[in-house]
Formats: sequence, structure tokens, C-alpha cells
Amino acid sequence: MRALVIGCGRVGSNVAIQLADEGWEVTAVDEKEEALTRLGENWRGGFVLGHGMDVDVLREAGIEDADAVIVATDGDNTNIVIAQVAMKRFDNQCVVVRILDPARADFYTELGLRTISPTKTAIHDLLEAARACEIKPREPVTS
Amino acid sequence: MYVLIAGGGKIGANLARSLLRDGHGHEVTLIEQRRDRYEQLEHEFEHQVQLGDATEIHVLERAGIARPPDVVVAVTGDDEDNIVICQLAREKYGVVKVVARVNDPRNQTHFDLLGISATVSATVSIMALIEHEVPEHDLIHLLELRKENLEIVEVQIDKNAPAAGKRVEKLKLPNGSRLISITRNGRSEIAIGSTELQPGDQVLAILQPGKEDELRRVLLKS
Repeated sequence: MRALVIGCGRVGSNVAIQLADEGWEVTAVDEKEEALTRLGENWRGGFVLGHGMDVDVLREAGIEDADAVIVATDGDNTNIVIAQVAMKRFDNQCVVVRILDPARADFYTELGLRTISPTKTAIHDLLEAARACEIKPREPVTS
Repeated sequence: MYVLIAGGGKIGANLARSLLRDGHGHEVTLIEQRRDRYEQLEHEFEHQVQLGDATEIHVLERAGIARPPDVVVAVTGDDEDNIVICQLAREKYGVVKVVARVNDPRNQTHFDLLGISATVSATVSIMALIEHEVPEHDLIHLLELRKENLEIVEVQIDKNAPAAGKRVEKLKLPNGSRLISITRNGRSEIAIGSTELQPGDQVLAILQPGKEDELRRVLLKS
């Protein structure tokens, strides 16, 4: 199975590494060369230097044969455009896209994108953690 | 008319200025993300300019996107932002007319793919003018009619062209193309079947995009 990971920052690089460990053939794309170092010395997958909105870069990275495309650059709008290009132009059936802004994530989910919003997840987890605190009753304050 | 403009750079600010000029009676809201630029614009546009990222839904709503505006114009310096603004305006708020700026001509295909058909690209416009003025290219794009999926091109017939000396009706023009007019010695006439092409003629043709090579073969190269 082939995966294309666009945006190789903290999130993208870890997704790439874990998928590769699980046996996927992975190619990562990032516009900065330093991103390659995040994949570690033992990286056996592919790496293409370039911007994910550049169709030639996507082709070089093998978008036409990818079984899954993970879009996780640090720009919400960049991700939104790349994901739609992957789905509509390259007819990719499995496109997952990171969108930090919960409102935009909701909107594009309605438009048919598979969105992941880390902000939403953080809000949810923080709320759960706060609710789970065991709170001791306060001692009445004496003056 | 109510016009919402995203992006307060040179294009956005000048658009707002033009729309607000006396007599037009238009209502304009301009959205600018950068604080320094916003503060400058505020001196001139006062409450008609708002600070914020126009790809954020609450910013758009504060600017009145839900009314909705008659036209939304996305002219920021980022193509991905312009695309998202247009999609939000059209799909979420039912704005009928959206116009976008294309900064990098290579991104044009993304706008087309997502159905944002009213686009303006300074690079492409200037290139077209250069090609028109300096006819190095054998086939010059003059006008793209996106909605109609047609384009108008100009070609110059030279001495060795296969079309030179032939009548229009004898040319094997590709399907989906037609000659419009012939300009010779500064005078133009509509091209009809009996019009004969001569070396030096400037010919306007209308065709479906993608037919350029076939047309070139018939008119220019044997």
C-alpha cells in the first residue's frame, strides 16, 4: 500500500514514520529540505522537495498511484486546496486533511473532505481532563 | 450594490476606492489581516475596513457575509486563501458572484478545478499584452471566454504558411474552431467562405481550448 504524506513537520513526519513501520510504502513531501531530517537516518521511504500545491511535485511524489494521501502542512488553506486537488483532480479515494480551525473543518467536512481538527481534539481532551479532576471540597475560609 | 473585498493591498484598496467614488452609491467592506496596513486603511476608509483573516468564518460574518453581499472579491496575496474565501462565500453563504485574484499562474488550474471561474491574473494579462505587442509567438491568446469554454486567438499568416493563397472554405479547420476576421493593411473584414488569405494577414479565430495545435497546423505550418 502506498501513502503520500504532504507536509513533513512534527505531525506529518511521525505519520510517515509510523505508516512506514506498518509496512506502507511512504513518500513525504515538504518545501524545506530540513524536513527530511525529521524522518530520521533510517528513512527508507521517498522524499520530494517542493510545494504541495505544485501539481508536478504531487505527480513526482506518486499521487496517481497513492492509496492514501495525508495532508498536514502548517497552513489550513494550503491543506484544503491540496486535499481537494487530490480528490477531484487525481480522483484519490482516501484523502485525510488536517485543518486546525474547527469552523473551517466543519465546513469542509460538509463539502465531503475527511478532516481532522487537532484544535477540536485538544478542546475535547482538555475539557475531559478538567471534568475528570477529583475536586476536594474547599475548607470554609475563616477570617 | 454591496461588495465585500478580502485583502487590502494595492488591488483591494484601489477597488474599494473606485467603488466608493461619488455617484456609484456602492457599499463596501474591506477586510485586511495585517495590523499596520489596516491602520493606514482605517484613516481613509474608517468603519468600512475591518481587521482580520478573511478565511475565518467569524471575520467574514462580522463583515456581513450572511446578508449576503452581491459580490465577494478575494484579492489577497495567497491563492489558497483566495480559493477558500470564494468557496466559503459561494457554498456556505450563497454568494452568487465571486471574483478571485490568481497570484501564481500555476495555480490557475486549482481555481478552475474548484469552479471559481471569474479569476484575474496580472501575470497572465501582462503576458497577453506583451505577446500582442511583440508577436514572437505564432498564435496569440487574446481573450478567454471561460464560461463559454472558448477562446479568441490571433495568428499572422506568413509567406510559407499552408493557408496563404487559400480561400477560407478550402481550409480544413479543426472541429470547434472558426475564423472571425481578417486584417490586411489596417483594414478588417469578417471572414467568410470566399475570403482568400494572403501573406501578412492577421486572422482572428475562435476555438475551443485544446484545438490550438490543430489550428496552427492548418494555418501556419505544413
